[in-house]
Amino acid sequence: MRTRRTFAKWLVVLGALHGIVVCAGFFAPYDPVEQDRKSPYLPPMRLHLMDAHGHLHARPFAYSLRLREASFDQYEEDTTELHPVKFFLSGARYRMLGFLPCRTHFFGAENTRICLLGTDAYGRDQFSRFLFGGQVSLLAGLLGAGLTLFLGLCLGAVAGYYGGWRDSVLMRFAELFLALPWLYLLFALRAFLPLAVGPLEAFFLIIAVIGAVGWARPARLVRGVVLSAKERDFVRAARGFGASNGYLLRRHILPETSSVLLTQAAILIPQYVLAEMTLSFLGLGVPEPVPSWGNLLSSLQQYSVLVSYWWMYLPALIMVPFFLGYLGLASSLQERGEAYKMEKSSLGSLI
Amino acid sequence: MKVEASSSGHNMQPLLKAENLVKRYAKRRLADAREELLALNAVSFSIFPGTTLAVVGESGSGKSTLAGCLACLESPTTGSIWYEEKDLVKLGERARRQVRPQLQLIFQDPASSLNPRWKVLEILVEPLILQRNFNREEMNQRANSLLERVGLSPDIVKRPPTELSGGQRQRLAIARALALEPKLLILDEALSALDCSVQAQIANLLMELQSSLGMTYVFITHDLAMAAYLADEIVVMDGGCIVEQGPPEKILKVPQHETTRQLLAAVPRIIRPALPAVEQ
Amino acid sequence: MRYLLRRIGHAFFLLAGVSLLAFLFTALAPGTYLDEMRLNPQIAPETVAALRAQYGLDKPLPVRYASWLNSVIHGEMGFSFAYNSPVVPLLLARARNTLLLTITATLLAWAIALPLGVWSAERLGQLPDRLLSWGTAALLVIPDLALALGLLLFAVKSGWFPSGGMASLGFETLSPLQKLRDLAWHMVLPVTALVLSSLPLLVRHVRAAVADVLNAPFLLAAVGHGIQRRTLLYRYALPAAANPLISLFGFSIGVLLSGSLLVEVVMSWPGLGPLLLEAILARDLYVVVGGILFSTLFLVGGNLLADLLLYWADPRIHTESSAR
Repeated sequence: MRTRRTFAKWLVVLGALHGIVVCAGFFAPYDPVEQDRKSPYLPPMRLHLMDAHGHLHARPFAYSLRLREASFDQYEEDTTELHPVKFFLSGARYRMLGFLPCRTHFFGAENTRICLLGTDAYGRDQFSRFLFGGQVSLLAGLLGAGLTLFLGLCLGAVAGYYGGWRDSVLMRFAELFLALPWLYLLFALRAFLPLAVGPLEAFFLIIAVIGAVGWARPARLVRGVVLSAKERDFVRAARGFGASNGYLLRRHILPETSSVLLTQAAILIPQYVLAEMTLSFLGLGVPEPVPSWGNLLSSLQQYSVLVSYWWMYLPALIMVPFFLGYLGLASSLQERGEAYKMEKSSLGSLI
Repeated sequence: MKVEASSSGHNMQPLLKAENLVKRYAKRRLADAREELLALNAVSFSIFPGTTLAVVGESGSGKSTLAGCLACLESPTTGSIWYEEKDLVKLGERARRQVRPQLQLIFQDPASSLNPRWKVLEILVEPLILQRNFNREEMNQRANSLLERVGLSPDIVKRPPTELSGGQRQRLAIARALALEPKLLILDEALSALDCSVQAQIANLLMELQSSLGMTYVFITHDLAMAAYLADEIVVMDGGCIVEQGPPEKILKVPQHETTRQLLAAVPRIIRPALPAVEQ
Repeated sequence: MRYLLRRIGHAFFLLAGVSLLAFLFTALAPGTYLDEMRLNPQIAPETVAALRAQYGLDKPLPVRYASWLNSVIHGEMGFSFAYNSPVVPLLLARARNTLLLTITATLLAWAIALPLGVWSAERLGQLPDRLLSWGTAALLVIPDLALALGLLLFAVKSGWFPSGGMASLGFETLSPLQKLRDLAWHMVLPVTALVLSSLPLLVRHVRAAVADVLNAPFLLAAVGHGIQRRTLLYRYALPAAANPLISLFGFSIGVLLSGSLLVEVVMSWPGLGPLLLEAILARDLYVVVGGILFSTLFLVGGNLLADLLLYWADPRIHTESSAR
């Protein structure tokens, strides 16, 4: 079916993008926390095929940058020396997938640093920071969405299956949470927990906060599915064979929620990545020196950076393909859902 | 083969006896005015082993509620259901779970009573897994023998139920219900969703199972002709009450109640010559 | 009428619940506003204690909540430690600034989205519609943060627009007309950011709602009667598509106060968002609770408005409720 192929296509695209981020150590030429105080705010390095004398080279190369005379932050290319781009070369140590010690990097150059997106105030390579920051932000989004969907599944299933007072209480709570402005709640919750914590604690704190805040909408959706599933004849038949509540939920009812959960995941993950970015941007998220996509952009809050160092904005553009992937995934899932049932996408599921 | 009904009553004990079953539903509407629906109103009857009791009525006459109560899936508001000297209504949930396998329900729509995400084999062995622990070998054997018994070919075990026809699905539902060797089979409009020719086939299957296994049936339908064909005793329901009761000949020859007459009038004329002549 | 009363009562309970929740959050958080002061060796501990007593921070939680509720009934919402002023005027002033932005942006967004959505729905599946779909998708995938920052960068690089704030230096000395121009000039970027971030979803929903209606038989019959295209679209189709659009409208109203937080912070617009952020970081209890309550008021109010409009606009709801 056409929609199934579209879904698979987007999954592959997303998988590739995430794969690059997962192997950040390999694809990033440098360590993200490695500073070079002598080259702050380097502009993006350009790769050339034709050198200053008009010769064409087979391999792309870069010129190293040196400070222009009578300037403290303007750079120009030093055309005296060519630095060809090398692939699969040995560089800084890192751990592939967190445990395999490695030294091979996808690309780089000798005797000079190739900073595709320039450097920040401390001379750290922005491209490497983007890739490693992606690990943090994307993981936060994924884990946060996982937490929310888990909470929503449990609470929605209880409310839908058992009904009665449990249903009333849970749905009142859900209304309360839905009535609160989400972003404000997020900030308040985060800021009311200890602010000065280490990066790892901050990371898990953020995930817990983001995940806990958004349970209400998935819970409602799951509840709806469970309510209709429990009236199905095959559930009644299984009860007729002596099935317990746990069995019915596990084997018959919860599998029906899979499509709702999948669609919600595709919608929530980018939302949560954005939430982590916003928190980190405002200083409430993952602290320095750990990179995150929000951290990368926070220097743009300074007027001087906006004026003189515009390339600090570039990470904001190259993260767009990720969001595009998730949008494509969500659209194809919703189309698939419409192909099976004649349901329209409700306002709630898109926002 | 129908058991001959003797007018002097049965000298066997009833398998199941319903006494004064009442079922009320409270309906709530937006304006908070509570309306009550009386689905069952003092319903009483007995079912004898090896026989077929037909419950006939229009939709909304309370038939499906009755089916749910007999299968121990729902509880009546008041009344008793006597089975093996126990009142099913008063049993706790755990005891009910023990009893349910013996009182199996076959549903009207075979498409919805079989989980479309599962395969035939999984559907068939589900009751076995729930009730007893068999190993893989034994379960496959039992599945095959069950399929054989209802006239299905064993090579459908790997298919999902959506690939089967309506008649095949209903046979599968019956096979599944037989897996736990129930004493009573409740057929809630089980033939109504099938084509006419298929209805006849399944009806014959049911008769054959009754004579070979000694099954007892409660056959719920709105089709008086089919009821007459299958049943030893007919009960006519209207608005939650039993309005007439008796063997098929009596019901068809001398219908007492208006509802019965209406149901009789609904039977197509082509079949009617096969029935005993109706006296006005 | 009873429906109306029930919905209002419901909204009221919701607000009460939210206020309790917000209060609990804030009060249970570690640290108070005075912690900073306590760490300062130059301020005597007695002063801190006196301030605590003065602000009532040493009383138990239920007492504080009760006295806060009491003051809400009287139209006040407590006191801001950081700004040394009652909360309500502070909130109102900032909220006014926020509403200036968001009302303008919402009106603009709807004014663009409605015709665009209708136009697109008419040409469903054809090239112009598909181009618009891609356009909205392109806007959707740019994160709000990136959008706001991008506009800011554009302002700085081109110099056409101010790089933030609400008023230029020397605002006081301008004539009323010049003041208006200055304000408008400062508003362009934030409003653009808000419009661009809300437009894609709005257009998509309008398009979906109208596309559904365009398939309806009654519309075909109207075409058969020879009614003009424009009348057809705007006086027949659009009202029939009203249901989901009214809910959407209620949602737009609902986020009037809370949806612009990021844009305000990035563009230094003195609205409710930056105030709340500051207050949260400084543990300024009553400002936080008041701010959250204020924006929840709008959210709940927006939903209520949508429900009431639906009730009034959709004859089906009428007949159902009167049939009892």
